[in-house]
Amino acid sequence: MAKKPIGPVRRDFAPWDDPQARPYIEFRNVTKTFGDFIAVDDLSLKIYEREFFALLGGSGCGKTTMMRMLAGFETPNAGEIFLDGQNLAGVPPYKRPVNMMFQSYALFPHMSVEANVAFGLKQEGMPKAEIGERVEEMLKLVKLQDFARRKPHQLSGGQRQRVALARSLAKKPKVLLLDEPLGALDRKLREETQFELTDLQYELGMTFLIVTHDQEEAMTMADRIAVMDKGRIVQIATPAEIYELPNSRFVADFIGDINLMECKLTAREGDVSSLHAPVFGCDIKISQAVDANIGDTVWFAIRPEKVRISFEEPESRVNALKGEVWDIAYLGDVSIYHTHIANEETVRATVANRSRVVERPMSWDDEVWLSWDADAGVVLTR
Amino acid sequence: MSETAAAPQAKPRRSVGGWLLIAIPYAWLLVFFLAPFFIVFKISLSEIAVAIPPYIPNFDPAAGWEGFTEMLGAFSFDNYVWLTEDDLYWKSYLSSVSIAAISTLITLIVGFPLAYGMARAPKEWRATLLMLVILPFWTSFLIRVYAWIGILKNEGLLNQLLLSLGLIDQPLTILNTNIAVYIGIVYSYLPFLVLPLYANLEKLDTSLLEAAADLGCPPWRSFWSITVPLALPGVLAGCFLVFIPAVGEFVIPDLLGGSETLMIGKTLWTEFFNNRDWPVSSAVAVILLLILVVPIVLFQNQQQKAAERGL
Repeated sequence: MAKKPIGPVRRDFAPWDDPQARPYIEFRNVTKTFGDFIAVDDLSLKIYEREFFALLGGSGCGKTTMMRMLAGFETPNAGEIFLDGQNLAGVPPYKRPVNMMFQSYALFPHMSVEANVAFGLKQEGMPKAEIGERVEEMLKLVKLQDFARRKPHQLSGGQRQRVALARSLAKKPKVLLLDEPLGALDRKLREETQFELTDLQYELGMTFLIVTHDQEEAMTMADRIAVMDKGRIVQIATPAEIYELPNSRFVADFIGDINLMECKLTAREGDVSSLHAPVFGCDIKISQAVDANIGDTVWFAIRPEKVRISFEEPESRVNALKGEVWDIAYLGDVSIYHTHIANEETVRATVANRSRVVERPMSWDDEVWLSWDADAGVVLTR
Repeated sequence: MSETAAAPQAKPRRSVGGWLLIAIPYAWLLVFFLAPFFIVFKISLSEIAVAIPPYIPNFDPAAGWEGFTEMLGAFSFDNYVWLTEDDLYWKSYLSSVSIAAISTLITLIVGFPLAYGMARAPKEWRATLLMLVILPFWTSFLIRVYAWIGILKNEGLLNQLLLSLGLIDQPLTILNTNIAVYIGIVYSYLPFLVLPLYANLEKLDTSLLEAAADLGCPPWRSFWSITVPLALPGVLAGCFLVFIPAVGEFVIPDLLGGSETLMIGKTLWTEFFNNRDWPVSSAVAVILLLILVVPIVLFQNQQQKAAERGL
């Protein structure tokens, strides 16, 4: 697969491509089981300093266990975890230079906002005056200066989330762990906070590790994403690579919306491959060197927004399908056309609604043509 | 807030059934608490040592309003004055409160680790452990206190055990001392402290302890800075549930305590059944109730506060 970074990666920041770079956090063949259940399965992972790294996956995929092992709340059954070159085995949670923002926020209900933020600093034995300054600084950072004396139960969900963030940042840890940090927030607040978090991470120069099941959250914030399934990492890449060049049907299907077609590889000529999709009755040409033999079963994957939909018949029958509009999902900004091809197979095409017309020209049961460019889709071999 | 907006919330309409439901417990309290209390109060205002009921002054319904006012005029507070004159009474009150307070403290010291251990035990064990705490209730309280006589007396099980282990060469005199009373109260009231405390500790969010550890606080310190303050409502509830009945306790000091054990319950019993002085013993009971009202009000107050904070 092509290994040149595509899309908006943080400029000049790609330590993972540098073989000389020293990983900051390293999981080496880590396994964790709970009874019969294998939560993390012989997993290795390298995270670099100042990176914003996301562990993404469905529930039970082992992402939270990874984070809890790093924080010291769980002990791996096998393997080792290193932080800045130090083996963390046997180091209790209260001696690890990582701080965690809990999914439930875990604010101390009997302490004021101020005392919550100061808690970690007090444990360090920091002088009182300095604690006061740091707490003020942190509350300013999360814009909660006026709420210092409130108790957690007197705050809104969004404010609590900010207190939790301020508390986990107060000790200026080497690594900040965020466990589904924005899950409890409404959409507007979530989007706002996502950008604030990325800014904060950049300003403070910390390493952030976020665990989430929300792909949007991972895509907007992370430098790299590891997609996990059943205790293993399926793919590690930048958000753009994960989206545009998924390495498997699992990743393609997990991240965003995608059309998958089972195909046979029919020809390979340098960087151009030809496929045939028997169920769809369609020939596909793609500018990708596919790592498979002629005649092998492969999958053609294409995102709905990369599929063109029109009444006019395209010039070439390659990379084109004839279908019937079966359903239209109008989302305001875009409309998703569910088009029935032969054998009731459905292909989805997304069209941006560029004009203010309420009556769109394309309607239910219309015969339409779907087409795409040679570099729009991707071929998956597993 | 405007009045119209507040009105629908401020006045929830209750159906007849709703009122009835509320009326039943109040009627119960009226008949079985308030009415007897007034009878006791009335007796306490009668003359000293008139041995046989009914106690004067009496209300003669035939005399009407006049008779009623006459009765009111004949009431005397002599019995209450008497309580202040004989130091037996205030010494009994003081001794009761101090025995109850010490017993409550010991119960807390024994009960907290018990409740904590139960709350931290694996989930599948907790129901069994809870059962074990409640189990003693299946035997009569009186019989269980009697059983302690067999354990604590000079030739009792405890002394035999200690002698056979060679820890002592003379049997210890425990029975008929205040120590036996402490043991009896702590034993009898332990479940009342453990149960509310367990309920409180069990719902303590363990992620709070993880958060404390994450912020650099070792477990032995987070116990004092997180667990104990959050368990405080449970601790207070448990302590009140032990302290309040222990102050008026009669059976335990009577069976296990000695002649030097002064408790108001015992004094009351003696006054009532041995001296047959109903008016004075009624006055003793009224004062006891007044003394207990203070911790009961405090207890209610604290429960309400805890409920408001959602703890």
